[in-house]
Amino acid sequence: MPLDRIRNFSIVAHIDHGKSTLADRILELTETLSGRQMREQVLDSMELERERGITIKAQAVRVIWKGHQLNLIDTPGHVDFTYEVSRALQACEGAVLLVDAAQGIQAQTLANAFLAIENGLEIVPVVNKIDLPQADPDAAAREVADLVGDDVAGVLRISAKTGEGVGDVLDAIVERVPPPEGDPSAPPRALVFDSSYDQYRGVVAFVRVVDGRFETRQELRAMAAGTRFEAEELGFFSPGRSPTPTLEAGEVGYVVTGLKDVSRLRVGDTLTSARGGAAEPLPGYKDVKPTVFSGLYPTESDDYPELRDALEKLKLNDASLFYEPETSQALGFGFRCGFLGLLHMDIVRERLEREFDLDLLVTAPNVAYRVFTKSGQEVEVHSPADMPPDPERVDEPYIRATTIVPKDYVGTVMELNNDRRGRFHHMEYLSEERVMLAYDLPLAEIVYDYYDQLKSRTKGYASFDYDIIGFEEGDLVRLDVLLAGDPVDALSLVVHRSAAHARGKALVERLREEIPRQFFDVPVQAAIGSRIVARETIKAKRKDVLAKCYGGDVTRKRKLLERQKKGKKRMKQVGQVEVPQEAFLAVLNLDGDKK
Amino acid sequence: MSARDVRHLYVHLPFCAHRCGYCDFVTLVGRRDGHGAYVDALVQELELERGLLADRIETVFLGGGTPTFTDPAALARLLDALPPADEVTVEANPETVTPELASLLREGGVTRVSLGAQSFEPRLLEVLERRAGPDDVRRAFYHLRDACFDNISLDLIYGIPGQSPSDLDRDLSAAIALEPEHLSCYELEAKPGTRFTHAWGDELLVQADAMEAYFELVVERLVGAEYRWYETANFCREGRQARHNVGYWLGRDYLGIGIGAVSTVGGLRWRNAPKLAAYVSALAAGKPPPRDLEELDTSTRLRERLMLGLRLDEPLALAEVGAAVDPEAFERLRRLGLVREADGGLALTKRGRFLGGGVTAELFVENPAKTYN
Repeated sequence: MPLDRIRNFSIVAHIDHGKSTLADRILELTETLSGRQMREQVLDSMELERERGITIKAQAVRVIWKGHQLNLIDTPGHVDFTYEVSRALQACEGAVLLVDAAQGIQAQTLANAFLAIENGLEIVPVVNKIDLPQADPDAAAREVADLVGDDVAGVLRISAKTGEGVGDVLDAIVERVPPPEGDPSAPPRALVFDSSYDQYRGVVAFVRVVDGRFETRQELRAMAAGTRFEAEELGFFSPGRSPTPTLEAGEVGYVVTGLKDVSRLRVGDTLTSARGGAAEPLPGYKDVKPTVFSGLYPTESDDYPELRDALEKLKLNDASLFYEPETSQALGFGFRCGFLGLLHMDIVRERLEREFDLDLLVTAPNVAYRVFTKSGQEVEVHSPADMPPDPERVDEPYIRATTIVPKDYVGTVMELNNDRRGRFHHMEYLSEERVMLAYDLPLAEIVYDYYDQLKSRTKGYASFDYDIIGFEEGDLVRLDVLLAGDPVDALSLVVHRSAAHARGKALVERLREEIPRQFFDVPVQAAIGSRIVARETIKAKRKDVLAKCYGGDVTRKRKLLERQKKGKKRMKQVGQVEVPQEAFLAVLNLDGDKK
Repeated sequence: MSARDVRHLYVHLPFCAHRCGYCDFVTLVGRRDGHGAYVDALVQELELERGLLADRIETVFLGGGTPTFTDPAALARLLDALPPADEVTVEANPETVTPELASLLREGGVTRVSLGAQSFEPRLLEVLERRAGPDDVRRAFYHLRDACFDNISLDLIYGIPGQSPSDLDRDLSAAIALEPEHLSCYELEAKPGTRFTHAWGDELLVQADAMEAYFELVVERLVGAEYRWYETANFCREGRQARHNVGYWLGRDYLGIGIGAVSTVGGLRWRNAPKLAAYVSALAAGKPPPRDLEELDTSTRLRERLMLGLRLDEPLALAEVGAAVDPEAFERLRRLGLVREADGGLALTKRGRFLGGGVTAELFVENPAKTYN
């Protein structure tokens, strides 16, 4: 296909603004899929994606519209996957910016629109859901036009649900989005913007060809990783895999590599031919680092090998997942896992539980700390239990948080951010009613209960997004919990010194409620170093008997005691104290709902 | 099944004038016209299973339901058909005990009566939907004494919605004042999903919080009145244990007849189906009633032996139950002052007895096979 007949675009939108529905309608209208093959959210193939209405993995589908080849690259919309989004956007020349006519611009709309503009993409602004009774297409169109610096008349108005205006969107893509630039006769170069793992065929790379042409059976090289492999199959998605002998400059498709390890072909890398290949890789490759960590332990310690296998398998499909073995006195053998963010953590946990049928205990998440010891060493600490007792300095990651709220909630959000050690950055009125607030905050404050607080304090009206901006020094201390005098490593926290007392107090109170009474008094203490900052006592049980037991009751009563024994086995033995799994989650929401 | 060796016989008489809200036994309200046919069926089942019984059995226990609500002629016929035993106990509700009934029982060979008093507080009896008032309890007690019963037990329930510690204290005083030979004191067990639990939900939670203090009060008052706390929920004058129930707690075999009755003989336990019509028609045809069977393997029997034996105040021979005991748990509980070793036996300390259920669960060895290695 000549370059001027190709258009590569993506759709960027806030969650639930109709991205997947629009993609479905495009597949129908271009007759890529017959009505019979249609189902909701065709491109979101993972069960979890359909359920949550989000896209986790990028997808690329080729459609034909009025003699043009349009490649739709569907991207994950969430902040945790910003790097993946930016790679996917780099594979495009244009982006449809989709905004809900009832809700207007939201935080993710902004983040993704800025990403698209930064990547030099032509924006096609579209207001969706104009069929909704509460829609205000004029107001939404004004907001979008202001955002992209365009004329309100250029904003398309559609209903992806009914199909109204979807053809106009495709026309606008052909008219407004520039064709890809590239040199069809240069040595081949292609950007890897995502990959998936097929258990029979190995790593499948999703690529955008920039220069030259790739052929089946050609020997290829990944320029950053240095990995060599043969292109076992080339093809494009429609939306299933369609093999093709070649992929040419400007086209989007896939390469079956036969590689058995995703880490050997990372997102952002450049593919070229192994012999006579390009000299320069495409720009922008970056090794993404996890920002949020937590301990994952099997509920039944016998399941440790299953958890290890499951993490290995997930990692095949998710190169950004990090894990290393960890041993906790309280929880036994498990893994310290690193994630791109809280959503990523949630998704990994859910996939482990659903796809691998594992019962997991997830410790409270924490961020990565950079610790400088008195001896002048710098270490990265991923777990509060590894925090050295007397560091010279501790740096913690900071974010720039963008919050969009109706103006009545500005004070509320400011108060929350100030409580969380936030620094005001700037504020902007998006319209008369809606305000965008930018704050710099320690990431650790977001990890701890921030979303729930923001949601409840703004009655759900706030939308929120963030970017990591770097590391800064913090006055941080390690808060330990002792049960009957024994420290419990899995309950340690790193907190700001000013909050240590209050958190310690809330934590021991919560633990007193969560840990059942034992055969003896159990002191619950919170300590900074050797200094106890809070204490509660779980009073010993005074009665634990089966009221009566005669000939007819024996089987039932025996089963009761056997269950009681089993219940005890499920608890974690910490020194002399039996601690239920739930107690390890108590640190997660100390201010939240109490039982 | 070891034939001709069973020395304890249970007979279930399900009929009641009325079903109390908290009750979870197999009971049937009214049906006076069916009593004769049911007793015929009981006698028939006894006949079918007689081969299991020893020549001379030790105890018979007639439980219910309300055995004393059974039609007197049918009841007399049943007592007549039962094999003689050292102890024959009948459960009675106070309102059913008349001088005539007392002498019917006496003449039928009954040696012991267990009287369901539950409380002496009218307000609380009403909550339990009991028909008898406090004076009915006293009157029944004296009728039994007049008929020369020298072995009477009173049942008390605590943790009744609306009950206060001083209510319980007064109940205990009233019971002690009657000088029964034996007392059984149970906490109220409200089963989830029942009408009773639904009606008293919040108040049951209040009572659950108070339950440990109630249990301590019961033990303190009755031991103070020189009753022996010989089983978790049972108290007696010296030598007046309920021998039938002690049979259960010592893990002896027993035969149960009647609807819903359970038997345990050798490694087999069976429970008769709780349906009256099926029971009566099967036996009328000379066949055993429908039953659920449960096979008890060695480790299960040992766990039961441990669970039941630890309810008693005498040590349990370690030679007998040792294989069911987790040695590490034993050591841990010993250090906590909850169990002790006495003359090659395993016993609970006083505090251990208050925590007996939890302690037993903890003592259960996880995999009994392990300790045989």
